[in-house]
Amino acid sequence: MLQNVDITIPRHVITVLCGPSGGGKTSLLRLLNRLDDPVQGDILLDGRPIVEYVVTELRHRVALVFQTPVMFPGTVLDNLAVAAELAGVQDDQFDRLASQVMLLAELEPSLLERPGDELSVGQKQRVNLARALMTSPEVLLLDEPTSALDPKTARALMKTIGSLSEVRRLTIIVATHRVSEARQYAHHAVVVQEGRVIDSGDAARVLSRLPDPDDASL
Amino acid sequence: MQTLDVLEQPILDLTWIDLTVAVGLVLISIGVSCWHRTGLARSFAVGALRTVLQLTLVGYLLVYIFAIDRWYLVVAILLLMLAVASKAAVDRQDAKTPGLFGITGVALLLGSGLTLIYVSIMVVHVDPWYNPRYLIPLFGMILGNAMNAATLAADRLAGEMETRHTEVEAYLALGASSVRAAREPVRRALRASMIPTVNALMVVGIVSLPGMMTGQIIAGADPLLAIRYQIVVMFMLGSAVALASVIVVLGYRRTFFTAAEQLRAKDV
Repeated sequence: MLQNVDITIPRHVITVLCGPSGGGKTSLLRLLNRLDDPVQGDILLDGRPIVEYVVTELRHRVALVFQTPVMFPGTVLDNLAVAAELAGVQDDQFDRLASQVMLLAELEPSLLERPGDELSVGQKQRVNLARALMTSPEVLLLDEPTSALDPKTARALMKTIGSLSEVRRLTIIVATHRVSEARQYAHHAVVVQEGRVIDSGDAARVLSRLPDPDDASL
Repeated sequence: MQTLDVLEQPILDLTWIDLTVAVGLVLISIGVSCWHRTGLARSFAVGALRTVLQLTLVGYLLVYIFAIDRWYLVVAILLLMLAVASKAAVDRQDAKTPGLFGITGVALLLGSGLTLIYVSIMVVHVDPWYNPRYLIPLFGMILGNAMNAATLAADRLAGEMETRHTEVEAYLALGASSVRAAREPVRRALRASMIPTVNALMVVGIVSLPGMMTGQIIAGADPLLAIRYQIVVMFMLGSAVALASVIVVLGYRRTFFTAAEQLRAKDV
């Protein structure tokens, strides 16, 4: 249960939500995507409460990638096609956009025809990322994107996410309990613990105050 | 002609003594249940007793209704059957969702009602329109199948929404409407509810001889007329099952989502 949360997320940079598991990071991301609504208070996007946006349009603008990748039935291409259909991508633009997001997510084009359930966890996570990018979001919410990955794959994925922020000028919010990893890419940090924000601000400053290196016992 | 001779034979009477002899068949069921300790022996005994009581009561009720011959009495009986079927369909659900009784009632009313109206007016040409000799047995058959289908559909939808809630939520998170997000659970629920009827259409006359047809033949009807009736029955069951299933699934689906296209917390 989140309480007394009052934060501002800067645009076009990577913000990390740090804190122990069960502290409220995922709950916060779900609120931003409106999968849940707060009991009290407002969440603003461009100065306007998010409840005033059409919820499906809001979710195109603020895309969420879950901690455990979820593949829709069919191939990778089918997965991208679902996102394109939902975002109203024109048929003649689909191929170009699909190639673009595959490139951004650093996925081989040859994977397009592969059934989703035959991919590795790391590949599925990247396909989930690519699928979210198909809706051309302004804000990308990533819930523990590296938690199921080995260190090498995790580093590669975070490098990809870092370049997304630079190339697409996306506002990215990453929930993670890996402080040492967060220090490498975050610009802004929010520490959430037991449902409360205990610190927020410049990532270098905020994260330097946290135990080092410590991922699990933060 | 051998066939005509058979058809002209009088119907063999069944006395209460004959029925008492038939109880031996129930004893076989009870014996098997006791032998393997299935825990169903008592249920078989109670079920057999209920069968005798319920059917006897229905028999007298039908005799009364046929004799009175009033349209409002027939409609009242049909509505009573509908209410009992709706309650039975909801009682069999594991998840007790508020409003499910209403959804099921509407599904059975429209699915069974529209099918009955179509069959009685357009196909069988029942005269007068409320003739209980046709309407009540036809509605009973339609309703029984529609009720089973509605139960299966609602139960399967609840199961699919539970097992696929992460997939459904992933669709929502991408900006899908609840209708789009639940498309696969809905498809699977409809398939599960309609497959028994499709199977019945495939094997009727080969693997199974339906009760209505055999009943008509035993009662002395021309087998070809009995078969024509049975064909109509099979088609109307397909229609009732499809309509009841789709209405219950679409109505029930709404209860899994909030107005803001969120999964309701109780279902996650």
